[in-house]
Amino acid sequence: MLDDFLLRAALAGLGLTLATGPLGSFVVWRRMAYFGDATSHAAILGVALAFGLGLPIYAGTLIVALAVAVTVASLSGRGHASDTVLGVIAHSALAFGLVAASFLSGLRVDLSAFLFGDILAVSRTDLAVIWGGAAAVAGLLAWRWQGLLTATVSEALARASGLDPRRERLVLTLALALTVAVAIKIVGALLIAALLIVPAATARQIARSPEAMALGATLTGAASVLAGLWASLRFDTPAGPSIVAAAAILFLASLVLRRP
Amino acid sequence: MSRDKPLISAENLSVRHGGAAVLSGVRFAIRAGEIVTVVGPNGSGKSTLIRALIGLEPAATGTVTRAPGLVIGYVPQKLHIDASLPMSVRRFLSLPRRVSEAEAEAALARTGVPGLGARPLAGLSGGQFQRVLLARALLARPEILILDEPTQGLDQPGTAAFYRLIEEVRRESGCAVLMVSHDLHVVMSASDRVICLNGHVCCEGTPRVVSEAPEYRALFGLGTGGAFALYRHVHDHDHEADAAHPPHAPHPHDCECDHDHA
Repeated sequence: MLDDFLLRAALAGLGLTLATGPLGSFVVWRRMAYFGDATSHAAILGVALAFGLGLPIYAGTLIVALAVAVTVASLSGRGHASDTVLGVIAHSALAFGLVAASFLSGLRVDLSAFLFGDILAVSRTDLAVIWGGAAAVAGLLAWRWQGLLTATVSEALARASGLDPRRERLVLTLALALTVAVAIKIVGALLIAALLIVPAATARQIARSPEAMALGATLTGAASVLAGLWASLRFDTPAGPSIVAAAAILFLASLVLRRP
Repeated sequence: MSRDKPLISAENLSVRHGGAAVLSGVRFAIRAGEIVTVVGPNGSGKSTLIRALIGLEPAATGTVTRAPGLVIGYVPQKLHIDASLPMSVRRFLSLPRRVSEAEAEAALARTGVPGLGARPLAGLSGGQFQRVLLARALLARPEILILDEPTQGLDQPGTAAFYRLIEEVRRESGCAVLMVSHDLHVVMSASDRVICLNGHVCCEGTPRVVSEAPEYRALFGLGTGGAFALYRHVHDHDHEADAAHPPHAPHPHDCECDHDHA
């Protein structure tokens, strides 16, 4: 039954929301939106490297996303991180990725598939990687949930309770890199951050606890995936942007429905 | 744990922010059950000392030693909860250790804010928030309670009530208390020691206990039920002179310090 490309696409998108719901909530709580952008844009460089070196795409994006995320995290740990530093890293990594890919003309790489995603071309192997990666992220966050939440509320409180806030930051960095590597095929490097932030922002309007917000973000994300895929078929629009557009419409609706 | 072994100690501790020394050559120790108050003017490094003792600030020189497995109950000076994070009082009390409904309610009742569990943290008043922070700290059953200017933003009766609460909690649990106070003249009467800090330890001493001197209580601690004491800033001034000081007068730097302030 997995022969149907549409079913595979839906399953891939739903799998991804397992990771983006809780992780996106942390991205919103810790104001890491631009950090997510930097990591995902850099993934394009990973795609180019993977083609150049003959590595699997997922491995290339994961390595570069991880390298950028760790660099940015360690800079911010030393008080360097400003929008400027993140902007420099995000956009130069994207530019170098595009330039590097142009040298690989022999391979006829279609980069737009990685910039905007190509969820309708997801294979069974992709599906396994996506679900595996998303489950790993969700599991990692669930395992460290209490510590992550404490460090998000206050690094000082976390430290006084015997936790190491740097380790919690590293967990999020790792989860972000893994999510980017997995998501690049679905929504593409340019829109990954949107899939992290928009459903979480929607869930915030209704949620009264951190856990409810994480769950709500996953459900909202899942609804966006299904609505976006439907719209993509119905109106013949690109799937990745359609999913993000659906998420944005749900966000607008949540502003109307928000609890006082 | 042996009473002689300090819970937390610092030897020759220096902390730098950028190039500037915020603390230099600080020697500090607090033992089980002790109440120590750190006073000093703004920018004297009080909060930095606390953060260094907890392990949040790296030492530029010297060492900080915490007893192995020491349980710290920390009440920070302020806590900003991002508006994007929905957090009720009840949920906050379960960070990082999940506590039962009964434990949470008992802690809130103990700190004088019963029934507040369902309220969002963002909707609390300053006084309620301090008590919730204290309740959370107590739930860890700390061996030492560390409070960083816990009464900032409270009025005088509020401050007195909070100090009395700390004293009661300490009597019940026997934990040590390390507190930072922004007011040079008013410290908790139960303090065993007061440390005056100004980038370094200026001087240490015992506060005069107000509750034993009703006339001073009448002068300085009107209606506070003995929670305030006047910390006699060492040797040179009498109480009449002290009474004339406005509450936030500049730190009269008259203790005998073995260093210069260049």
